[in-house]
Amino acid sequence: MADGSEAYLEVGSAGIVEKQFFTFADPPDKMRLESGALLGPITVAYETWGTLTPQKDNVVLVVHAFSGDSHAAGFYPDDADRTKPGWWDSMIGPGKGLDTNKYFVICANILGSCMGTTGPSSINPETGTPYALDFPMMTVGDMIETQKILLDHLGISSLHTVIGGSVGGMQVLEWCVRYPDMVRSAIPIATTMRHSALAIAFNEVARQAIMVDPSWNRGNYYNAKKPDLGLAVARMIGHVTYLSDEAMRRKFGRRLQNKDTFSYGFDVDFMVESYLRHQGSQFVKRFDANSVLYITKAADYFDLVDREPPMRSIRDIHGARIKFLVISYTSDWLYPTYQAKELIQTLKRADLDVSFCEIEADFGHDAFLIPDRRLGELVGGFLDGTPRH
Amino acid sequence: MAPPGTEHMRFDLQVIAAWVEPGSRVLDLGCGYGELLTWLRDHKQIRGVGIEYDQQKAAHCIAKGLSVLQGDLREEVDDYPDKRFDYVILSQTLQQVYEPARLLYSLARIGRRFIVSFPNFSHYSIRLQLLLKGMAPKSDELPYNWYDTPNIRVVTLKDFRRFASDVGYRIVEEIAIKTDHHASHGSVVRRFSNMRATYGIFMIEKETEP
Repeated sequence: MADGSEAYLEVGSAGIVEKQFFTFADPPDKMRLESGALLGPITVAYETWGTLTPQKDNVVLVVHAFSGDSHAAGFYPDDADRTKPGWWDSMIGPGKGLDTNKYFVICANILGSCMGTTGPSSINPETGTPYALDFPMMTVGDMIETQKILLDHLGISSLHTVIGGSVGGMQVLEWCVRYPDMVRSAIPIATTMRHSALAIAFNEVARQAIMVDPSWNRGNYYNAKKPDLGLAVARMIGHVTYLSDEAMRRKFGRRLQNKDTFSYGFDVDFMVESYLRHQGSQFVKRFDANSVLYITKAADYFDLVDREPPMRSIRDIHGARIKFLVISYTSDWLYPTYQAKELIQTLKRADLDVSFCEIEADFGHDAFLIPDRRLGELVGGFLDGTPRH
Repeated sequence: MAPPGTEHMRFDLQVIAAWVEPGSRVLDLGCGYGELLTWLRDHKQIRGVGIEYDQQKAAHCIAKGLSVLQGDLREEVDDYPDKRFDYVILSQTLQQVYEPARLLYSLARIGRRFIVSFPNFSHYSIRLQLLLKGMAPKSDELPYNWYDTPNIRVVTLKDFRRFASDVGYRIVEEIAIKTDHHASHGSVVRRFSNMRATYGIFMIEKETEP
């Protein structure tokens, strides 16, 4: 990648992109979810970059993390000031890790989210009001099934790679378990085969913060005051887990926010307090509290190891021809490297082709979202070395 | 005797490259920047895996399209099923391993054959230093002072042959070579090898139970 080593810094080089929608599972042909519940119609929001080859053999599926969306790169047409590049803009574009000169990149918003794909804030056609808690509990597996239906619709039957971090990484692994013959390579980043008690604990605190907000009203807040306080606190908790001791020391230390002395009160004194409050208040503008409940629960339920047949587990991909590149970060304490190592051990025992790199970074779990030349080079080189057939 | 295109590789790797059969499955322990794996992939169509402790080197290999795991080779070898590889290669690392026997047993378990190269501690210059100076020897191959050396095991060609016969390993191939540590040039030593060779390279097969 010597030719494009600075490409990752070119913001918006993937170009202008529009959010597209695909709707399926119209009643009475609703989709059966893993829980047995029926859901339909289902709309999936997605975006694409690059050009699909006539052989349709250059598809890269990007799967996003819990609060992400389909807008992974480039700018929307109405973003004239170019202020909102996609969340993985440093990875997707000409000469970048996911090189749009070579690959047709797709990113779809996950089921249960609120960024265009059907979720608890969508209108329930049977009542004419938002689903709220009537939305059926969905799983990571259900997210994959909706993406599979979208790919079928686009006429795509093989993936050069499926790549994603965090909850996106879980989807990568679920893809491999469910459709091993469709996936040529897989890049799970900063992720795990199943949540640790620590990860579940943080998610539960986030959910409780939302549910104790009186405005939550058992999920029925769509035509009233929203549980913004609870949602903001949930996001604050989340941000603590996405950072690291190191990152917070470097970024904030004990520095004060716009003052020289303590206020001896409960207003913002420390910079870190100000940062978390800002993150919380920004998040409520764009995200739905019920979606947080559903998606965090889906992540907590996710377990690729202990599964009752006939459900396929990670061991069932024994001998599949998928090339894996597992990536972890040294300072990630949400999904620490030991969990990546457990995944690698399982893949090795299942006789799979696996590469692994632990990237040195002090940004914590969020490191995979930070523009970093190393990630692009790793991924780009790995994909070049993956045969297209 | 070196296969074409290997001239830039370390001489012991050139010897090893010549031994590996086309199309085989190879594990390279401590694969560095992946020179050997790349050559074997391009010239012998092997399916290779490397283990490398250094993050930068591992990342370099992956970005070149090699399958490489960043990690400690002593731990990584434990996860593979029996006879997973046709060849397991341990080049110039044995002298740095805390539990060499345990590692060698693992190599014999996961590989049909394993290849090991190491600096020969009974080279005459080393013997002379100890004999005449009475100090821990240093050489081009083992250049460190006793107090900061990664090379914690001293082994000679004779020692290794003894070990192989003690634990029931068959030596399929053995070559003694003379070379500088990083030099890509070297020569095969045929006479008085335990005295004259700077490195020994062995290919081992575990004798199957009758």
